[in-house]
Amino acid sequence: MPDASNSGGRVEFTGVTKRFVTPTGAAMTAIRDVNLIVEPGTFCAVVGPTGCGKSTTLTLAAGLERASGGSVRVSGHEVDGITKGVSFVFQTDALLPWKSVLANVALGPIFRRVDKHQAHAEAEIWLKTVGLNAFGNHYPHQLSGGMRKRVSLAAALINKPSLLLMDEPFSALDVQTRAIMSNELLRLWEKTRPTVLFVTHDLEEAIGLADQVVVMTAGPATVKAVYKIDLPRPRGDMQEVRFDPKFLDLYKQIWESLREEVDRAYARTTEISSVKGVSQ
Amino acid sequence: MSADCTKAESDMASVTIPAAISESTIARNAQIRMRKRKRFVLASQLGTFIFIIGSWQIMADYKIIDPFFFGSPGGIVFRLYDWAQNGTAYGPLWLQVWVTLEEAILGFCLGVVTGIIFGVSLAEFPLLSDILGPYIKAVNAMPRIVLGSIFVIWLGLGLPSKVVLAAVLVFFVVFFNAFEGVRSVDRNFISNARILGASRLQVIRHVVFPSAMTWIIASLHVALGFSIIGAIVGEFLGAQQGLGLVIATAQNNFDANGVFGAMLMIGIIALGAEAIMGKVEKRLLKWRPRAASDQTSAGM
Repeated sequence: MPDASNSGGRVEFTGVTKRFVTPTGAAMTAIRDVNLIVEPGTFCAVVGPTGCGKSTTLTLAAGLERASGGSVRVSGHEVDGITKGVSFVFQTDALLPWKSVLANVALGPIFRRVDKHQAHAEAEIWLKTVGLNAFGNHYPHQLSGGMRKRVSLAAALINKPSLLLMDEPFSALDVQTRAIMSNELLRLWEKTRPTVLFVTHDLEEAIGLADQVVVMTAGPATVKAVYKIDLPRPRGDMQEVRFDPKFLDLYKQIWESLREEVDRAYARTTEISSVKGVSQ
Repeated sequence: MSADCTKAESDMASVTIPAAISESTIARNAQIRMRKRKRFVLASQLGTFIFIIGSWQIMADYKIIDPFFFGSPGGIVFRLYDWAQNGTAYGPLWLQVWVTLEEAILGFCLGVVTGIIFGVSLAEFPLLSDILGPYIKAVNAMPRIVLGSIFVIWLGLGLPSKVVLAAVLVFFVVFFNAFEGVRSVDRNFISNARILGASRLQVIRHVVFPSAMTWIIASLHVALGFSIIGAIVGEFLGAQQGLGLVIATAQNNFDANGVFGAMLMIGIIALGAEAIMGKVEKRLLKWRPRAASDQTSAGM
């Protein structure tokens, strides 16, 4: 298990801006002047309107992209290339369809040049942790969506990350499976305690899971507000925490703030399409 | 589901209603139907074969078609038997088959390996592919079969000129598929592997190459046919041995049976190679979902 060494997994965004050049050659600002601190071992959810640039914060923290301005620090180090000690769970699962479930989970150790036998033994343990030890020899396509998500979690956690980045990981699942997976995630998180940066558009999910919820503005995104979620841990069943009066109170507060942004983002898309409609 | 079961059971208990057909009976009936259909298809295929060959033979016998130009099944069998017994003008029949096969196999392997290497590396280095792109397209647009003449001049009448011609034909098919395969790799797979700590070579080995493999394997079927075409055409253009030469000689002698006989041999070779290819493909792509019904829909 990872020792939650003190600065390990701390995420610090200072005045971060990210611009992209679109294939047509136009420049586009995804996020601007983002300031955000996530303390080690805490669970931070990022919510915001669709397409506002939430995911960009994750790719920056992972080192997949470089910031155009400002500084991104993870575990006290300026991000420069792929960040060490992070794992990423994508919206669509990134399991390799040509490898068995066990081999997929073992990828982390294999890439670190751990001996194959030992890598598989480690993977075996993690599969057991997510309750899928009987499915090691299956191929990903033979599993259900929820099971594949659990394999993805095992494959991400086997590297004992100090920072776990999750990009709307459960949004492709049905509602019931999503609730089950949220519980599962909390269980695993409480066991290993990495820092989590969790992007979602589902406010309920965000409040249920996180210690702090970050609301981002309509694009180019910047941090609008940060809410501390002081619901006691362990949270227990996600389905039930929703009825907690404190939960409802927080939900109302954050939704007020989020709704403005959602409305603005929506107005903008309709505006654009109506302008386009006129010009055509 | 369970409600249905209890309903069926209660139906069976009260004998007055005609008993519901049990699942095992349905399954048995379906199996019988399937077997019957299979047998019918097989019999029809055999019938078609007999009909075509039989009418060919009869028409040739009654001179409805001139056997001098069109040959006849009996004549073809006789010609093949004669070759097998007494050998062709260039030595035993099996030697001719082996020579052509050897050229095709070597050409195939050479073309596939170079095609994959060039396809993968060009796709991995976009700058290189941008620079070389127009030239590759130009070469590909040329009818490459004519290169055979140059290869015969360069490499002589022996094995190398045919191997190279077959390899060139195979190369482009495999190359374009490998190139496209690498470029269509899911970006998430690569990002994930890099975050998990993969080096560039590890990404290629574990992610890019297996992913492109689907495309490459799809091209191998076509490539296989091309390798045989390359070997045969190479032999047409100039050779001392091989089925292509046998056909060319038969053509010069107006020996229709000889042409058809050699063609039959090539067909058998191609079918055999295709069957092996199918096996290889199945082995390499065993991770792919076969059919929607095959997937286990194991729940959470």
